[in-house]
Amino acid sequence: MRNEMRIEFDAKSVNEGFARVSAAAFVTQLDPTLDEVADVKTAVSEAVTNAIIHGYEERDGKVYLTCILEGDMVYVSVEDKGVGMSDVRQAMEPFYTTKPEMERSGMGFAFMEAFMDDIQVESKPGMGTKVTMTKKIGQKEEENQDGCGDSSY
Amino acid sequence: MDCKYQLKDGCMRISMPREVDHHCAEQLRREADLLIGAYHIRRLVFDFRRTEFMDSSGIGVLIGRCKNMGYSGGEVSAEHLNERMQKIFVVSGLHKMIRVAGGPKQQCADQDGGKQG
Repeated sequence: MRNEMRIEFDAKSVNEGFARVSAAAFVTQLDPTLDEVADVKTAVSEAVTNAIIHGYEERDGKVYLTCILEGDMVYVSVEDKGVGMSDVRQAMEPFYTTKPEMERSGMGFAFMEAFMDDIQVESKPGMGTKVTMTKKIGQKEEENQDGCGDSSY
Repeated sequence: MDCKYQLKDGCMRISMPREVDHHCAEQLRREADLLIGAYHIRRLVFDFRRTEFMDSSGIGVLIGRCKNMGYSGGEVSAEHLNERMQKIFVVSGLHKMIRVAGGPKQQCADQDGGKQG
């Protein structure tokens, strides 16, 4: 079964929590573990934060969050129509940041890579950036058969 | 944001919010730095007992406070990390920068007492 949702929201930091919770709620249809839900939340939070800080440089704009569920796969894309970038590879290097004065850790893309299975970044200066991430849900099913996941929560 | 600060004898315990992201990072950074400077804080404890979510924006705040405390010869530690927070610490390498204490022993300032900043 294929299921898709799309949300458009203002590029305001207060919406970061809304975006990751929305994605997490949609993904629950696949019966993920708590850890898998947390992975998706973290990845969405990183991508949306990048769109707000770097894409729109904290000015007005819209962020587009799309989630597609297909089989046991989740596809998440976060898109902005902001400034874009010319060197995606450099931006994805761990600890690389264009905003050290904001104490950005430079770990945003590293986190997306760590918590999702795959990440694709399309960007053009002046056009915006689209980050598409995929993750297979249910990879650790045998360890969490009761569906409760982590007992420490 | 529902962050609380307890100060006692040059030690400050920051009760971290439920979710630590870019949205709350700026306020957290501003308040913490103000208190660290004003009260000559030598030991800083990040208490994560309420924290369920943290992304790389939160990591930036922690690394920043670590650097600032390091310049003045202070100590930084983190407490009460749940499994998710432990994972975030390991993935980011924070566990190598900040001493993580999980035991029941208090670092400073009583849980229930202490002033709120």
